[in-house]
Amino acid sequence: MRIVAFKRIIKGGFLNFKRSGLVSWAAVLVVTITLSVITLIIFLQAVLHFSLNQIKDKVDVTIYFTSSASVDNITLLKSSLEKLPEVSQVFYTSAADNLKNFRLRHSNDYPTIQALDEIGGNPLLATLGIKAKEISQYESIANFLKSDNALVSGPISIIDHTNYYNNKEVISKLDVIISSAQKLGFLVTLLFVIISIIITYNTIRLTIFISKEEIGVMRLVGASKMHVRGPFMIEGAIYGIIATFFTLILFLPTTVWLGRNMTSFLGINLYDYYLASFFQIFIILLLSGVGLGIISSFLAVRKYLNK
Amino acid sequence: MIYFNNVSKIYKDLAALDDVTFTVETGEFVSVVGHSGAGKTTLTKMILAEEIPSLGTVFFESIDVNKIKNKDLTKLRRRIGMVFQDYKLLSNKTAYENIAFAMEAVGKTEEEIASDVPHVLELVDLSHRVCHFPNQMSGGEQQRLAIARAIINQPEIIIADEPTGNLDPVNTHEIVQILKKINDLGTTVILTTHNYGIIESLGKRVITMENGKIIRDTKHKK
Repeated sequence: MRIVAFKRIIKGGFLNFKRSGLVSWAAVLVVTITLSVITLIIFLQAVLHFSLNQIKDKVDVTIYFTSSASVDNITLLKSSLEKLPEVSQVFYTSAADNLKNFRLRHSNDYPTIQALDEIGGNPLLATLGIKAKEISQYESIANFLKSDNALVSGPISIIDHTNYYNNKEVISKLDVIISSAQKLGFLVTLLFVIISIIITYNTIRLTIFISKEEIGVMRLVGASKMHVRGPFMIEGAIYGIIATFFTLILFLPTTVWLGRNMTSFLGINLYDYYLASFFQIFIILLLSGVGLGIISSFLAVRKYLNK
Repeated sequence: MIYFNNVSKIYKDLAALDDVTFTVETGEFVSVVGHSGAGKTTLTKMILAEEIPSLGTVFFESIDVNKIKNKDLTKLRRRIGMVFQDYKLLSNKTAYENIAFAMEAVGKTEEEIASDVPHVLELVDLSHRVCHFPNQMSGGEQQRLAIARAIINQPEIIIADEPTGNLDPVNTHEIVQILKKINDLGTTVILTTHNYGIIESLGKRVITMENGKIIRDTKHKK
């Protein structure tokens, strides 16, 4: 019997959608706008995430070794650093490679190259570049380098100096900027999502308001609450499903255009991102659309169901 | 079957019903007559628990309608068939679906619906309107459809609240004849109207109301 009742509710929902005509399509339009806002927020988050990662990637700490430091000792220190949970990457550059890179970087800077030639030999030191998983973790890596490990402190220390303390202020400021940007991004997302939910809820409430008398009649002829409410909830789900497909189709040409014209500005090709994340975006939109439709209908009908 | 015991309904300073007491026996045809605002509709709403009395009690058999729980309300309403002046049909459903909806509400099977709906539509002479929506039908046809919906689940009582209020004399006569036929088959009928001509033609019990009070309760025999 329950299966029969469920089938009737589904059929009722489809019939309501079909027969409500323009009202149904107006609701689909509003849900499509809501889902478009959600998609835009996903893209904004992706751009923000990409930009912040780029900034994070530019930050590192460099250890400069003494000229007497052996490669074995440097390798030993490198392994110790790699074992730290805060460290994501450690890369070694020999003094010779540093000189080669320096010359390459200053190939157009004649006075500098001339000064280097006059000094003779290699004035540059071997280095270890360290990247932390999070910007806030550089402090603890710097603390490790001050520890009582024989290689890093004391008379036989192989470390000449590190640049952390020179860059400390910049790193701290970046940390604050990045976490603020993430918080702001989250708040903006939350705000837009709330606004979208309110708009969708009110639109669906208006479509159900039109049927408020009929809801009363259905109750008077003895229909149970679920029998009355069910078709409206299915109708809400249909709005969500159709709006999901509309939104996905709408963003295809949009991202093609953004990919062609805005990649250098945004730093990320949104068309590639859209294709790569298509399935995840589809699921997010479908769940949001159907969820919004069902919950809004449920709440809107409830008002007219009591007696 | 229905017992009103010293029932009053007061809206702010206005008494829609004022100390109303009467009973309706099973199988009776009772007409409630009075001018607009006499309290007829309030009276029918109380039987359906759409309105709660300010004072007094309303019983449907042994059920105190005032104290009915929300979950039992549906069961009560399934025992009553309602016919309204403005028909109250489901506008986005066809004639067939309007009646089928009432059957689905009580859990009838698809087979029962397929066999009973054409039969009842034939009874009210609407076989040719099966696939029509209410807005494609005349007032008389809509009211006949409303009656068909009211009787489809064989309720114990039919309450017809001004069912002829929007109809011409020919359709009025048809509706009254249908209600009479339903009563002849054993169903209790309560009919509210302000058309004295109808009650005269019926020759059944009449309750006359004025300003929320029963001023006359008599039984006529033709």
